[in-house]
Amino acid sequence: MTVVELTSVGRTFEGDPPVEALRSVDLRVDRGDYVSIVGPSGSGKSTLLNILGLLDRPTSGTYRLDGLDVSGLTDAQRTAVRGQRIGFVFQAFHLLPHRTVLENVMLSQLYNRIDAKERRPRAQAALERVGLGHRVDFAPTTLSGGERQRVAIARALVTNPAILLGDEPTGNLDSTTTGSILELFDELHSAGLTLIVITHDHEVSRRARRVVTMRDGVLVDPTLADA
Amino acid sequence: MTDEDLRLEPSRFSPRDLFAEATAGVLARPGRAVLTALGTVLGVAALVSTLGLAKTAGNQIVTRFDELDATDVKVSPRRGTLPLDSEARLTRLNGVTAAGTLSEVDVKGRLVSSVPINDPMADNELPITVQAASPGAFRAVRASLRTGRFFDSAQDDLPVAVLGPGAAADLHINRVDQQPAIFIGDLTFVVIGILDDVERRSELLDAIIIPNGVATTDFGLAGAGTVQIETRVGAARLIGRQAPIALSPNNPKRLTAEVPPQNQGVKNRVEGDVNALFLLLGAVSLLVGALGIANVTLVSVLERVGEIGLRRAVGAARRHIAAQFLLESTMLGFFGGLIGTTVAVLTIVGVAEIKDWVPVLDAWLPLSAPIAGALVGLVSGIYPSWRASSVEPITALRSGI
Repeated sequence: MTVVELTSVGRTFEGDPPVEALRSVDLRVDRGDYVSIVGPSGSGKSTLLNILGLLDRPTSGTYRLDGLDVSGLTDAQRTAVRGQRIGFVFQAFHLLPHRTVLENVMLSQLYNRIDAKERRPRAQAALERVGLGHRVDFAPTTLSGGERQRVAIARALVTNPAILLGDEPTGNLDSTTTGSILELFDELHSAGLTLIVITHDHEVSRRARRVVTMRDGVLVDPTLADA
Repeated sequence: MTDEDLRLEPSRFSPRDLFAEATAGVLARPGRAVLTALGTVLGVAALVSTLGLAKTAGNQIVTRFDELDATDVKVSPRRGTLPLDSEARLTRLNGVTAAGTLSEVDVKGRLVSSVPINDPMADNELPITVQAASPGAFRAVRASLRTGRFFDSAQDDLPVAVLGPGAAADLHINRVDQQPAIFIGDLTFVVIGILDDVERRSELLDAIIIPNGVATTDFGLAGAGTVQIETRVGAARLIGRQAPIALSPNNPKRLTAEVPPQNQGVKNRVEGDVNALFLLLGAVSLLVGALGIANVTLVSVLERVGEIGLRRAVGAARRHIAAQFLLESTMLGFFGGLIGTTVAVLTIVGVAEIKDWVPVLDAWLPLSAPIAGALVGLVSGIYPSWRASSVEPITALRSGI
């Protein structure tokens, strides 16, 4: 079943002259897929990620997420979809330094109508899934970089998203830690999670089941070309 | 497209979660929270303690007014004189505790001395005021004796005198046990008492006081000059209306009665004077406090751009972000107000203790002051929280911390 379906998606930024960050992007991601988007900087990777993550809206084309056409949604509707269907992992971990690891994971359940009683056990379970069950009451500042990124991954997983979006998730990590995070991605993938990871690190893209390349705002998806 | 078409539940932020997140946001940097709230603390403390101290001091002044002036009535004629039996007429009125006439006696230039011999070389003859009084006057002016006694109604026609302390000193008389005599011209009077003090009509301190009867016979006193009345507390205004009628039933308008000003007026005037300046000071510090909260909240919005972006990414709507920052600044204002009120109440009690006053505070003041603080915080938070809600998640998340 298709989770993400972009059809001739374009994104032009107003200005003089206007910047065409995405020209005509077609992309299909099926449930359980593990896709890596690569490309040189300035190729439009980040713009694509923002559109995939409903942080930005396309100026042309359609975007169907989990069967819904989300390209014409209002700001408030996109916010709700974002909270309920998408998990984000960023290069910077964006953990709140004054809250415990568990509270940081619970944060992404706050706005999504999840019953307050369920939040703690679900956050605990998510942390165990990323191998941090023993760190729940720690402050994020006392954790290593790899552990912090695991907390961020647990925070993304706890709402059971349709896709997990990674934006250079290993950009701040050394190669050993990167390896362990990639192993975690492999595990999540084999458990059935849909992953889309944007990266310029070949080590990272090599692990994905499918690699698509962005170049000058155009995406080359080999599977669609074959079809 | 409606939410129903999308099988979509709009995001929500329950009041309980909002409260918990705002509290955590404030407590994340307790030191900063305290410093931020300091301006509000000072402003509210200044306002509340000013109002409270003015109330306390005002109450204190009014208590004094009540004790003396609220029982003080003085009747004098616009023209002519008052009847010499005024005392008897007035003590019949309900509410009068003491009354007496006081009249300055025209001694026709006679000088006073304490020595019978007329020695042209010695300067022992003095011009001293002579006042004629009815016996009740001593109580009505709240006179106290240093020595001897007052004259009573049985001594009305006898040549006796009571000296004010000033007159006694001028005449070198300080004991009365040997019945010293004084001479007003060639008339002899026996001194039977010396005053220590009077609470009303301080002119008596330098006078010689003689009974009405003897003043009539010896100096031709035709009628009383004024009547001094002491009333029960609260009865002064009533007696002020009744006394002229009792003394001059045919033409009460001929007389004027001086009564104390109404309490409320005094109280308000005193509070008004004390308040104006300090209220202004308090308002200014509150304004500074508001600017402080606005400033620090704005700085903290800029610092927490990453957090805001993250919250937006995990499903927080703009209004949820705005609500959180608004509540944080409101809480700062509320706690500033609460602490300020506490400081103010302690100040009022402390000052009252030192001055030996009764601390007085309107109940609405300590209850509403923290709410005023919260309002200050709320207003200060409007702009910063609007700024927070307009943070774009994309830029925020890229700016990475």
